[in-house]
Amino acid sequence: MAAAMPLALLVLLLLGRKGWCLAEPPRDSLREELVITPLPSGDVAATFQFRTRWDSELQREGDTDHYFLRYAVLPREVVCTENLTPWKKLLPCSSKAGLSVLLKADRLFHTSYHSQAVHIRPVCRNARCTSISWELRQTLSVVFDAFITGQGKKDWSLFRMFSRTLTEPCPLASESRVYVDITNYNQDNETLEVNPPPTTTYQDVILGTRKIYAIYDLLDTAMINNSRNLNIQLKWKRPPENEAPPVPFLHAQRYVSGYGLQKGELSTLLYNTHPYRAFPVLLLDTVPWYLRLYVHTLTITSKGKENKPSYIHYQPAQDRLQPHLLEMLIQLPANSVTKVSIQFERALLKWTEYTPDPNHGFYVSPSVLSALVPSVVAAKPVDWEESPLFNSLFPVSDGSNYFVRLYTEPLLVNLPTPDFSMPYNVICLTCTVVAVCYGSFYNLLTRTFHIEEPRTGGLAKRLANLIRRARGVPPL
Amino acid sequence: MGLLSDPVRRRALARLVLRLNAPLCVLSYVAGIAWFLALVFPPLTQRTYMSENAMGSTMVEEQFAGGDRARAFARDFAAHRKKSGALPVAWLERTMRSVGLEVYTQSFSRKLPFPDETHERYMVSGTNVYGILRAPRAASTESLVLTVPCGSDSTNSQAVGLLLALAAHFRGQIYWAKDIIFLVTEHDLLGTEAWLEAYHDVNVTGMQSSPLQGRAGAIQAAVALELSSDVVTSLDVAVEGLNGQLPNLDLLNLFQTFCQKGGLLCTLQGKLQPQDWTSLDGPLQGLQTLLLMVLRQASGRPHGSHGLFLRYRVEALTLRGINSFRQYKYDLVAVGKALEGMFRKLNHLLERLHQSFFLYLLPALSRFVSIGLYMPAAGFLLLVLGLKALELWMQLHEAEVGLEEPGGAPGPSVPLPPSQGVGLASLVAPLLISQAMGLALYVLPVLGQHVATQYFPVAEAEAVVLTLLAIYAAGLALPHNTHRVVSTQAPDRGWMALKLVALIYLALQLGCIALTNFSLGFLLATTMVPAAALAKPHGPRTLYAALLVLTSPAATLLGSLFLWRELQEAPLSLAEGWQLFLAALAQGVLEHHTYGALLFPLLSLGLYPCWLLFWNVLFWK
Repeated sequence: MAAAMPLALLVLLLLGRKGWCLAEPPRDSLREELVITPLPSGDVAATFQFRTRWDSELQREGDTDHYFLRYAVLPREVVCTENLTPWKKLLPCSSKAGLSVLLKADRLFHTSYHSQAVHIRPVCRNARCTSISWELRQTLSVVFDAFITGQGKKDWSLFRMFSRTLTEPCPLASESRVYVDITNYNQDNETLEVNPPPTTTYQDVILGTRKIYAIYDLLDTAMINNSRNLNIQLKWKRPPENEAPPVPFLHAQRYVSGYGLQKGELSTLLYNTHPYRAFPVLLLDTVPWYLRLYVHTLTITSKGKENKPSYIHYQPAQDRLQPHLLEMLIQLPANSVTKVSIQFERALLKWTEYTPDPNHGFYVSPSVLSALVPSVVAAKPVDWEESPLFNSLFPVSDGSNYFVRLYTEPLLVNLPTPDFSMPYNVICLTCTVVAVCYGSFYNLLTRTFHIEEPRTGGLAKRLANLIRRARGVPPL
Repeated sequence: MGLLSDPVRRRALARLVLRLNAPLCVLSYVAGIAWFLALVFPPLTQRTYMSENAMGSTMVEEQFAGGDRARAFARDFAAHRKKSGALPVAWLERTMRSVGLEVYTQSFSRKLPFPDETHERYMVSGTNVYGILRAPRAASTESLVLTVPCGSDSTNSQAVGLLLALAAHFRGQIYWAKDIIFLVTEHDLLGTEAWLEAYHDVNVTGMQSSPLQGRAGAIQAAVALELSSDVVTSLDVAVEGLNGQLPNLDLLNLFQTFCQKGGLLCTLQGKLQPQDWTSLDGPLQGLQTLLLMVLRQASGRPHGSHGLFLRYRVEALTLRGINSFRQYKYDLVAVGKALEGMFRKLNHLLERLHQSFFLYLLPALSRFVSIGLYMPAAGFLLLVLGLKALELWMQLHEAEVGLEEPGGAPGPSVPLPPSQGVGLASLVAPLLISQAMGLALYVLPVLGQHVATQYFPVAEAEAVVLTLLAIYAAGLALPHNTHRVVSTQAPDRGWMALKLVALIYLALQLGCIALTNFSLGFLLATTMVPAAALAKPHGPRTLYAALLVLTSPAATLLGSLFLWRELQEAPLSLAEGWQLFLAALAQGVLEHHTYGALLFPLLSLGLYPCWLLFWNVLFWK
């Protein structure tokens, strides 16, 4: 299984300056789809997409003003029903009808991978972009694990996965479809069987390879009326072997190296497994200020040689105000591993700045990799409106490339943490006592003391001494 | 402070210290030893308790039932290992993949500085295999490690079998919040060191290894497992790590909890837990365990592959299955259940283990002595050095005064600060020479092994050990001749100044050592302090010399070996002891080069030169 990506909620707010103006009455439209992909390991991935569009009075004019572009990452979010329930409530049919009846929390959280997202963006309604619609796209991807969910069995059905079957489409949906990846099924070896047999299929180039999907359209009344419900089943004719999954062309790994609480190194490994094509990657790193980066230690090596990035943008951190921002365009040679590493020093926080669980460590957000990855099969440019929604997850730019954005794993870094407990107080007290005593002891060791004799003798002696001093004779 | 800055009272105090110096020293030394012995009695030892909230109150139900599977895996593993003569990497990879792990391998090679005769290895190359169980819906930021070190002989097959069976069981569970790494290393600790260095992408010991392909975030805790039979009668736990580092006490408490829950017989240092602490028997038995722990911790070597994890601040311990002649035997399911329980509780951890003690001594599995209670023992011993130094300082001071004003009135005379120019200049030569001897002791044996094998009929390892001993002995002859070049205008002041410097040097070193590795500091203080305090060029010199030789670092090592075997109830004969001593020397040097153990440089660069200074004092003419 690919390294689980963090849930990064990305909200782009692009607001025009001109504000409000009247437009046509809102026209809502909903498309929903579910893509089921059996994986060679015997696991199965399911991706829901719900797209709602409405015309809005919020309008935007001209190009995006970068002044309003914000990027924020929360490196850690625990997935649970707390963030699934409000997400479901955004759906027009909630979880009453259509594909969303399958969104049953106890099954969705019995998976090995879970990713949930909300995207909001403005879409031009015409070519000149004089008016816009707003698009709300909700995606949910889960991977059902043959070892955990399937108890070792590798045959899947909708009921097994979600403990629900499909009964009716959402009445508000203009399109409601289930796609099943049957690429292996259609080839000669016939490893996979899908039941009920699909009526139509769809072919496309996804992630650079040709894929065939069986389509089940819920709006097609015959589909559900035959048996009152739709329970798609996948059967492996030959059980898949436990082989390592095929390696994608671009993948990455990130880790903290070194030990101890003073210094460390952030290393990112970028893998290009394409046998002959090199391609550039845009690497975006935001690092919290309490890791003080040493930019002069930034090294990028591929195949043992230094790799000079063609573009570097670095914005240093300000303590307690803004994180480091490091953005680089790096060319990845064919069939290579590129290591990007930068050293840092761990800052000592003020004692009120520590989190309630300081010994857990502090999270560092994932790096973001954006790349145009060369594809194996040339793809035709497609009409976004007509093709399925999942097609736009990895948009094809010019037929030979597809766009991929990858998030590496977040990191957990330990900072020097005082022991917030009774011994800590004891240490503080002891240090104070030692500091106080040190001065006196130093004094005692470096000085010699002797007694000043009290002035004895009367006036006569003092006079005599005065005279003796005038004569240059030692006093009495 | 007022007491000390008032010259009259200060003088009185100084007199007191001078006059009562010898009894005070004896008292302090005896108090130190007595305090240490008292550590095993109940007011000073406390019951252990779980401090970590996340592991305390929650109960887990162990469901592991893969005993047959573990045995089958172990048999297969042993057969494949016998066939290939090395770690069956391909078989392990296949099996780990079949139980649903993400499998990676790492190859490493290391040329040891000289051949290791106890393990019979020199040019080592091997492969580590590890499988990662990815926690569902988590982002691989934290992980736990279960590791089985495999040596060159065919032990530990059952541990590999249990590891695989546990992996298969764990893989079917949904509750994991941390990734779990199942690591099988070749060449026991060398493989572990290679893997750890590669995981943290550092190179501490000059190991050559391939970079790791798969990682799983920050390792929170690790458990090493050593099992060589299908049934065990008891589980022994080892905590002492590299350079005397110890894991957090909570990890040991966790193990003890599951020992009690599963009704397992668990031992510490191979000793059973005494039940009765109120009578004398319990504490005496505890004292044996405590002494064994002190000896093992003082040795600074990793007692199990967990010891190497501690450097990276990964709390770790080693569990050893012991199969002796006891009646009641446990099968692998019982051990597996204990491990499952431990991992499930470690999985609950929200923070790194930090709540409980990091510095402790253990007289039994359920009793501990915290740092606040055992430190005074070392403090009393070091006080002897302080008292002696104070006495010398004052004597020097008075000698100075006496030289300046012979027969001067004691009260109002103004004592000048002692002019230290002459005293210090005479110290430079012995200091430099003894330090140079230490450096030679540290560098020459490994560097000169090839020269030695050319001219003498010995193997490399023998050459290293014999060179070590030769330089050590040569040090005794060399430096005490050096002061002849120094002016001898004040014969007593010379050795007094030298002894003063040596005392302070020794006290500083022992103090620092006792802070980081109490056992080593205490052991060295116990032996070195009396001889150091007594050394002077008058009186029964041969007696002093004998005492000094008997308490030199090397003799301490030899003595510790005998004591260790005595406590383990396997006494050594003299010849055996000598052989063991030679092997221990070679191991000490090797462990410094392969794992970064600090005992060898500490002794050769720090304590040996310091001890030579006292030798020098003794033979001052």
